[in-house]
Amino acid sequence: MKLLSSEDWQAYPGKFIALWTDAHYAYALYQPAELVATLLVNGAYPALSHKGAGWFQRLAHDSNGHTAIGATDTRPAIEHFRSSDGTASWPEFSSPSGEGIHQVAVGPIHAAIIEPGHFRFSLRGEEVLKLEARLGYSHKGTLALIRGKSPRLAARFAARVSGDATVAHGIAFAHAAEAALGVTPPERAVYLRAIMAELERLANHGSDIGAIAGDAGFSFLDARFAWHRETLCEAAKAAFGHRLMMDMVIPGGVAGDILLGGMAAILAALLALESELPGLTRVFEDYASLQDRLVGTGIVPPQLAQAYAAGGFTGRASGQNHDARVSPGYAPYEHFGLEVPVEQDGDVAARIRIRLAEIIESIRFIRDMLTNLPDTAIVIAPPSGSGSGVGVAESFRGPVWHWLRIESGTIADVFIADASTLQWPLVEFAATTAILADFPLINKSINASYSGVDL
Amino acid sequence: MVWKTLARHFISHPAPPCKANDAAVAALRQRLAAAGHKKLGRSLAIRHVAAGSCNGCELELRATQNLVYDLTQYGLSFTPSPRHADILLITGVAGGNMLTAVRQAREAMPEPVLVIAVGDCAVDGGVFKGSPAITGGADSILQVDLVVAGCPPAPAQIIEGLLALLEVNDTAPRPVRVPR
Ligand code: SF4
Repeated sequence: MKLLSSEDWQAYPGKFIALWTDAHYAYALYQPAELVATLLVNGAYPALSHKGAGWFQRLAHDSNGHTAIGATDTRPAIEHFRSSDGTASWPEFSSPSGEGIHQVAVGPIHAAIIEPGHFRFSLRGEEVLKLEARLGYSHKGTLALIRGKSPRLAARFAARVSGDATVAHGIAFAHAAEAALGVTPPERAVYLRAIMAELERLANHGSDIGAIAGDAGFSFLDARFAWHRETLCEAAKAAFGHRLMMDMVIPGGVAGDILLGGMAAILAALLALESELPGLTRVFEDYASLQDRLVGTGIVPPQLAQAYAAGGFTGRASGQNHDARVSPGYAPYEHFGLEVPVEQDGDVAARIRIRLAEIIESIRFIRDMLTNLPDTAIVIAPPSGSGSGVGVAESFRGPVWHWLRIESGTIADVFIADASTLQWPLVEFAATTAILADFPLINKSINASYSGVDL
Repeated sequence: MVWKTLARHFISHPAPPCKANDAAVAALRQRLAAAGHKKLGRSLAIRHVAAGSCNGCELELRATQNLVYDLTQYGLSFTPSPRHADILLITGVAGGNMLTAVRQAREAMPEPVLVIAVGDCAVDGGVFKGSPAITGGADSILQVDLVVAGCPPAPAQIIEGLLALLEVNDTAPRPVRVPR
């Protein structure tokens, strides 16, 4: 960690990832994994001008009461200011001025089986002029629950930051704990983690692509990809005892070895997906009515993705070539030569194409890793030391970052930045490039996590 | 192309049959009889509300609708509108920020209403139990008729729970169905 003066803190160049505060410092994390800090003065620190810093500064104010001096956006992030009877009044949502402009309110309860959040659209006719997302409905106090626990106990909370990325969050948390305590997990554990992470990526990529097609009225793809998610989840259960592989990754290694018959189940699920994928991809590419809904819809321009340093398939569909598996990179991916697909169009269709390409890569990875599975122990007990560390893992939706400060074996402080934090502003922008009826497609195509940012 | 692929998969993958969980049926029957609960129709509509989940439960809830489990074969379906719903299905910890929304959804439903809590979080707060940000389980806001535990419960477990509701609710013997 580099301690900076407030001038250097503000002038620090680099691609911004996350910002948070503890009792003494404000921290900022830059790519590939550079941590800098500045002292808090009377509970305040100078605001950063990076686009992505806005949400984090609002969150630091809501959760720790620390002020970013000079911040332009001071709306609450997750704080709803409930009164004692549990009710809260609505904040003011501003609309651009002009004739015929009206607001449409959606949520926190949505039509589909998804997480809660409130969307306020400003419309002229069907055209979306502005979208403001109000989040915080899934706030569970995760960070506070992690403090004061041992890394092993706290891993259960890290695994529940965002259930669809439970493996990735587990890995990032383990990486942070292992960096803080100076331990290296056994090789076999590292491989098993990566196999689980890639299975998770396949399950999510597939079911999301299907769900987008389903929203466009094309339920065939939805049904088929949902079926593949099901076989992947059942394979995960056969191999690791849990359909989502929750609580399998622990600091120091993994909680259990691959079960008897698990490898065969995984290989069968991969084969089924691989053999149907070309056909499904053709359906996606060939059906004009489907392409008509997806091409040119929900555009995230490359400049905007760059300004937010957006990761994941959302960034990669908009010209960003960042993938945490490559940079900063972590084991065992260096042995497998990852191809990072990049596109420039930044629309719903481009995001789907990136995910289709990633499915092929993940299938290859899992097969390679299963064949080369090292024959070592699967876990070592982390020592009860002190230290701090940053950990990252590339979840299906982008990099997830965990920071831990451990004192005598107990977590003194923690911060977790899900990839969604830098993606919600892109959802807000992308919505304004289309009409209201396209929003479900756009939202699903980025699939930012609510729980992941509400914490 | 579409039809060929469809046909191949429909033929090659029979679904595992789901049946109601006997213990859940007995407990629920007792509870509803004591409460003098009115019977609902035969085909029940579910309004799901995520009240502070990690989204794991939503993944598995959605999976109940896939080709393997095909929830609709049992006469159960999800509806976007609480006005059309018979069952209020809660996932998540009952986070403080969702209290108002959950209450409003419940009030918008026509009586009688069955409330079901799915997932450890909705049962009692799950791993988040004791957090000051939550009220701790769906029954801290509403009277809950049935719980389905698990973190997250698998789709088959969720269906077992829902079938318990159907069984208790049934007035006439239901024709035995062999799932597709
Ligand atoms: S019960 Fe488990 S899977 Fe379901 S919302 Fe809670 S933590 Fe997530």
